[in-house]
Amino acid sequence: MVIFSVYVVNKAGGLIYQYDNYVPRSEVEKTFSYPLDLVLKHHDEKVIVSFGQRDGIKVGHAVLSINGADVMGKSTADGKDILEYLKDSSNYPVSIRFGRARLSSNEKLMLASMFHSLFAIGSQLSPEVGSSGIEMLETDVFKLHCFQTLTGIKFIVLADPRQSGIDALLRKIYEIYSDFALKNPFYSLEMPIRCELFDQNLKSALEVAEKAGNFGAGS
Amino acid sequence: MSRQSNRTTDSKKMNSELFTLTYGALVTQLCKDYENDEEVNKQLDKMGYNIGVRLIEDFLARSSIGRCQDFRETADVIAKVAFKMYLGITPSVTNWSPAGDEFSLILESNPLVDFVELPDNHSTLIYSNLLCGVLRGALEMVQMAVDVKFAQDTLRGDSVTEIRMKFIKRIEENLPAGDE
Repeated sequence: MVIFSVYVVNKAGGLIYQYDNYVPRSEVEKTFSYPLDLVLKHHDEKVIVSFGQRDGIKVGHAVLSINGADVMGKSTADGKDILEYLKDSSNYPVSIRFGRARLSSNEKLMLASMFHSLFAIGSQLSPEVGSSGIEMLETDVFKLHCFQTLTGIKFIVLADPRQSGIDALLRKIYEIYSDFALKNPFYSLEMPIRCELFDQNLKSALEVAEKAGNFGAGS
Repeated sequence: MSRQSNRTTDSKKMNSELFTLTYGALVTQLCKDYENDEEVNKQLDKMGYNIGVRLIEDFLARSSIGRCQDFRETADVIAKVAFKMYLGITPSVTNWSPAGDEFSLILESNPLVDFVELPDNHSTLIYSNLLCGVLRGALEMVQMAVDVKFAQDTLRGDSVTEIRMKFIKRIEENLPAGDE
């Protein structure tokens, strides 16, 4: 039972804090010889597998590193275009690591703003007056919990669907925010949170929540 | 002054005299720097505002109080919960205007002014003006624009300290979603 990540969104919809507690890494590294039997293509500044699923390498996985050196977008570590590199038989045998590409921080910013707008839709769609925004979003792999304070800050936690006690955890994160971010005079409101104490306390709160599975009041 | 007991950090009791001394040092330094009572009042209000915008989150996180439906509820929460939590006093709420948009908080004692006497050359100084700023800043963060003034002040010869709060309007611009 895990908590995957925590996001804090300010009043305007901008992401001010993001922490990945647990990212399920499913990476596969294999050595290939010419010709490559996977079909790769460019997508969004990354090179991903478009056809040829096998041995744990799935469609949609991105190329993470070649011969041990992490790739940078569409080029290898030394700046050569990856697809060109892999078409050249003299570069083989080559060891390529595939895996699910992590979200870049820009993508996270965009997703947070999008969620901020969707949150409002939740209350607009409501048949009853005075509904809150979206409080929970559920998929088969995770549950997203959102808590909006009276001042407009949203605390979002992505957790395992079976994890309980997230409501109490969200309140606890609000307390930690009001302590270590707001009481730090050098932190300006609505700006990205870069406070060590906030990070540390958040991590320990997440640990406690994961262990307990149920964060009780009064602890 | 002690922290709420439902926190994982140890509850600390701090000497309120150190608090009074700290506030006093602040005001006297401001007086030296600005040499003008009006200016000092303004600065205290500004400082209070900056404290208020942060204090409100702490208050909401610890008290789990929901949104107040009207100004009377706000007045009660401020007097009975907020003042109690932060200053350890419970002012009384009186003098409601007929329209219900103005009221007074009567403070029997004010921890900020223990042992303080205003000299004659500072007769227009509002010593506890920080409190006005705090209330204004805190309420602004929950979308309420208010005007806060000291109507009476024991330091200036009145019998009680009276804070007058007037509701101006609800701030509609940045309403969090779901609060229509």
